[in-house]
Amino acid sequence: MEVEKGRGGFLLSTVEFFLNHARARSFWPVTYGLACCAIEMMAAGGARFDIARFGYEVFRASPRQADLMIVAGTVTNKMAPLLVRLYEQMPEPKWVVAMGSCACSGGPFVDSYNVVKGVDTLVPVDVYVPGCPPRPEALFDGLLKLRAKVINPRVAKVAGDAR
Amino acid sequence: MASVETVFLSGDQWLKNWLFSWGMPESWVFLCTVVVYAVAVLLFVFANVIFLVYLERKVAGYMQQRLGPNRVGPGGIFQCVADALKLLGKEDIIPASADRGLFRLASLLIFIPATMLFVVIPFGREMIVADLNVGLLYFIAVGSTATIAVLMGGWSANNKYSLLGSMRAVAQMISYEIPLAFSLLGVIMLAGSLRMSEIVAAQKDLWFVVLQPVAFITYFIAATAELNRGPFDLPEGEQEIIAGPFVEYSGMRYALFFLAEYANLVSVSALAVTLFFGGWQGPWLPSWLWFVIKVYFMIFLFMWVKWTFPRIRVDHLMGLAWKFLLPVSLVNVFVTGTAIKLFQAMGW
Ligand code: SF4
Repeated sequence: MEVEKGRGGFLLSTVEFFLNHARARSFWPVTYGLACCAIEMMAAGGARFDIARFGYEVFRASPRQADLMIVAGTVTNKMAPLLVRLYEQMPEPKWVVAMGSCACSGGPFVDSYNVVKGVDTLVPVDVYVPGCPPRPEALFDGLLKLRAKVINPRVAKVAGDAR
Repeated sequence: MASVETVFLSGDQWLKNWLFSWGMPESWVFLCTVVVYAVAVLLFVFANVIFLVYLERKVAGYMQQRLGPNRVGPGGIFQCVADALKLLGKEDIIPASADRGLFRLASLLIFIPATMLFVVIPFGREMIVADLNVGLLYFIAVGSTATIAVLMGGWSANNKYSLLGSMRAVAQMISYEIPLAFSLLGVIMLAGSLRMSEIVAAQKDLWFVVLQPVAFITYFIAATAELNRGPFDLPEGEQEIIAGPFVEYSGMRYALFFLAEYANLVSVSALAVTLFFGGWQGPWLPSWLWFVIKVYFMIFLFMWVKWTFPRIRVDHLMGLAWKFLLPVSLVNVFVTGTAIKLFQAMGW
């Protein structure tokens, strides 16, 4: 479906092209940290790693103004409905990065009675960043992968769409 | 140098002559030039605002020993263009429980006072859109109407955080309006006029910041609070009330609020330059260039303050306005008046 849309017409596809390039260069993540991985996410914003270089440093406290949800940490069953609500409050187009093995699959707590086994059981995930915790560089790599995915929506289609 | 100095004025003259050569009646020519002025002011505002967002992120970066945006374009200069484009393409969410009309209106209304303020700012020698004889009064009066749009946005969203945020914004902006106005009184007394061009002319030999340092500091603090900028950014205190009045705004509507704040930053800095730093006056360089340099220096001061001070508490904020700034500015007015009378009596 999306693939056909891209070939729709010269005018609209050019607009899409520019919009995608703009979107890919200004992800505003929602301020949302869950566990130890969130500390690495904060470190990514600090002086040593500086997420601002890519223009992704505008952490918005309100989901209405955010485009990207970095699920940084362990999602418990109690937090799950709130996570889904936050995701639904974000305006389209929006993306999700699962940061750390907890968000990817449940991580070290996968056997717990109260841990969601991967955030992809709740919301569509675009990029998985494995690690416990992933270093800020790994998070950047994930964000740059997401950038490539947003710039080339068709290629992402070939790689398999989470939705 | 003379041609650079008058490039805008001669452009204006050329436009008028061109229109007259078409045989237009005088009133039509007047109307056309008004439209051109309006577009010019809007362009000035938008260009500055886009650049300022970039500048703020860069300044914030350097203040925190980071680099700031540097990937989009040379030195990251197109970062904010990307942001603006992205915001244009975002979904426009209006909450189901919101007052739809007011919610939409507020985001547009916030920009009107922000741009109207530039009408009375002298950008250079004889470069002022309307040299009102009550220019300063106009500035303060129009500037304070921005409060209504903020309250409107916060109220109509029907969200408790936005209501709290807009209440804070109104309390803060109205409280700080008073020391702001009183701090300007000293300048008015020295210049003997509310007309912007005469205030600039009165600073030909000596900038008023030398004669009125207390007024300048009071103005600076009160203006920071008026702008809702750090350390007075309580209305948007992220840790307490998410994003204040703008919690429910998404996409371009949010961007309008965001841009209006930067437009206000430019206008407040422009007023500070006009009142305290001799306006467009300066040696060698063209007057409008001096104006821009001084305005950017003021903006840098505001940014410096924002990124170095922590946010203060609500009760401290109100205490500062009513118990400290207001008495200080009143004393300043009293001392200025006495000094003027004394000097007149001594025949200086
Ligand atoms: S992946 Fe590891 S570091 Fe990250 S939240 Fe889970 S346990 Fe903590």
